[in-house]
Amino acid sequence: MAKKSISLSKEFLKGLWDENPVLRMLLGLCPTLAVTNSAINGLAMGLATTFVLLSSSVIISLLRKVIPHQVRIAGYIVIIATFVTVADRYMAAFLPEISKALGPYVPLIVVNCVILGRQEAFASKNGVGRSIIDALGMGSGFILVLLVLGSIRELFGSATIFNLQILGDWFNPWMIMILPPGAFLTLGLLIGLGNWLNERKVKI
Amino acid sequence: MNLLLLFISAAIVNNFVLTYFLGICPFVGVSKRISSAVSMGLAVMFVMTITAAVTWLIYHLLLVPYHIEILEYVSFILVIASLVQLVEMFIKKVSKPLYDTLGIYLPLITTNCAILGLALFSVLREYSFAESMVFGVGAGAGFTLALVIMAGIREELELSNIPKPFRGAGITMIVAGSLALAFMGFAGLI
Repeated sequence: MAKKSISLSKEFLKGLWDENPVLRMLLGLCPTLAVTNSAINGLAMGLATTFVLLSSSVIISLLRKVIPHQVRIAGYIVIIATFVTVADRYMAAFLPEISKALGPYVPLIVVNCVILGRQEAFASKNGVGRSIIDALGMGSGFILVLLVLGSIRELFGSATIFNLQILGDWFNPWMIMILPPGAFLTLGLLIGLGNWLNERKVKI
Repeated sequence: MNLLLLFISAAIVNNFVLTYFLGICPFVGVSKRISSAVSMGLAVMFVMTITAAVTWLIYHLLLVPYHIEILEYVSFILVIASLVQLVEMFIKKVSKPLYDTLGIYLPLITTNCAILGLALFSVLREYSFAESMVFGVGAGAGFTLALVIMAGIREELELSNIPKPFRGAGITMIVAGSLALAFMGFAGLI
């Protein structure tokens, strides 16, 4: 039970860096790449994913002794899919523009491996309080990466961040950054940067 | 003729992996050897084709007549999960060596976004039954293509000297970026 000794703040912070879902664990790459052509889309996607992660973590950690082991994955997926439907309907009703921009990637949160991974690795083994902290940490880590990636791509691809003009008229936007190849290249560089920073931290 | 165009569009022009970013996890995970890439690609293609047929039937014969489209995601993912289970049992029975090669990745097809993405896209674009079948086969072929090309490049990469932070996922993403760039050249094809 060494795990119990980890303080709650560490539980939260590990999601931001040490076990960052995207940069360190390489989970949830599909939405990360697909919706980050602007900062606002990245943020919306991150928030929607965190909502689903948090709500399903609560339910699953409450039900962790009830769900039979053999059918747990199917059970988790049904719970996750239910919350995704809630998030999808909510966004379609109150944020129609963003919902349109994200398109089928909102329902695809169902198969986001970050969520299923956390349920399997954490919520199904820990109490509600701890699971909430873990979900919030992982969610924030996910939002952070999406926001950074979205901002970089929007900055170079359309010279703006959150639709605010950042670079002047002298800057000729790099179309490629908002197209699919830009997503792969930027994420590749970010992962490299993450590894590099991590290595330096260890050496010091 | 239209069906042929649809096939080419799904397989090459709008490649699932390189333009829609669907199925990135297996794309990074199973692209180390060409042989495993081929079998993974074929398994995905198989599941995709069946999924396209079954989800079309469920959506148009069950969800629409009873006005319960809100259950779309829940029912699709359940169908996919049980289909993958069936395929797993089938492969285990028919070809044990293939089953051993695919190993852990077979059950993981359930959480492959390409499969659910396929079902969602064919509802969104209002494809007919034949169209969604062709779309399924095409998307599966495109997935296999991307996976095999990637595996070929990564086999070569093992021999080259890559800066340490970029080893593994970093360089894979950058290679994928170059591949996506190359595939953009097909954009004017249709």
